[in-house]
Amino acid sequence: MNPAGSLLEARALHKAYGPTPALDGADFAIHPGEVVAVMGPSGSGKSTLLHCLAGIIRPDSGTVRYGPHALTDLSDARCSALRRSDFGFVFQFGQLVPELTCLENVALPLRLNGTKRKEAERRARDWLTRLEVDDLAAKRPGDVSGGQGQRVAIARALVTTPRVIFADEPTGALDSLNGERVMGLLTEAARDTRAAVVLVTHEARVAAYADREVVVRDGIAREAVGAA
Amino acid sequence: MSIGHTLLGLLESGPRHGYDLKRAFDEHFGQDRPLHYGQVYSTMSRLLKNGLVEVDGVEAGAGPERKRYAITDAGITDVAQWLARPEKPEPYLQSTLYTKVVLALLTDRDAAELLDTQRAEHLRLMRGLTERKRTGDLADQLICDHALFHLEADLRWLELTAARLDKLAEAVGG
Repeated sequence: MNPAGSLLEARALHKAYGPTPALDGADFAIHPGEVVAVMGPSGSGKSTLLHCLAGIIRPDSGTVRYGPHALTDLSDARCSALRRSDFGFVFQFGQLVPELTCLENVALPLRLNGTKRKEAERRARDWLTRLEVDDLAAKRPGDVSGGQGQRVAIARALVTTPRVIFADEPTGALDSLNGERVMGLLTEAARDTRAAVVLVTHEARVAAYADREVVVRDGIAREAVGAA
Repeated sequence: MSIGHTLLGLLESGPRHGYDLKRAFDEHFGQDRPLHYGQVYSTMSRLLKNGLVEVDGVEAGAGPERKRYAITDAGITDVAQWLARPEKPEPYLQSTLYTKVVLALLTDRDAAELLDTQRAEHLRLMRGLTERKRTGDLADQLICDHALFHLEADLRWLELTAARLDKLAEAVGG
């Protein structure tokens, strides 16, 4: 890992849930436009690392720096505002609002940032088209397949042109073919917009879409041997 | 699998006769295919010629003389380099990887690091194949997918073995 010029950087993160340490001195750095896979067995601390990097949970000690900001020192309100404007999220499932149409779901982050409805929906439609699911605009999440829903979720994560995308097992609920398609679209869109992607996965074929991998074991993140 | 490196690794714990070497090899790695005596002696004479082992003593008996072999410093370096070097990823690599893991445990080397190094090598190849898929036609995609699924199976085995290293160490007495 070379933290120089990094966009997001964590140092010496510790986080415990009760007596159980989830992170035990984890370091991490990612550069603009880079896709990094965070791998490791279940319970190794990889999701906790992602949540700390995204400012969703605070580590017990250690620092997370995003550009000029020390996320670990920001108030909850400032951290939330930064997440809305600069970060995008894709999870395994359950992330779309069931009462909204797919178009409204994708437009939602823009609306929350104060963008007018018409403009928000125009941009949302562009992203649905790009993710090849524009025909789903008027449908609700309950009426689309898992793979389609995940593409809508990626459109929603990208609509604000985030600088960092956090993806936690984004293909975990999909079959091979849909998983491949989703990963292809996600990484292509991220590279085009120079977004960095923190990709948590236990699947090697998904990790192979990344530029490099970091392995988390017993709460410690290690750079792959021989990585640049 | 490299029989030469395996025999060298088995010699690290102390000098042995050819017969003892065969027995140790068969016990750890020869379940499906025990080593022939001829293989042991031809391999040892090659290692001797290359300075990786030396004759530690000769016992005269009724039959042919029994040489006792000891590993040299060059031999130890050779085993260490072999263990640290990732194997070229290809299907059905398990027997070589298994041998390396067991030898690392038997010789008090870091077996987890060996597995990590191999995982990185596999993922490097998988990244290349994924990139080729992205830019290739359907035939390319199908050919790469075949390789990717095999490599993924290797990686699952690496994960599983990493999770069972403590038990394996107990089992092989490392």
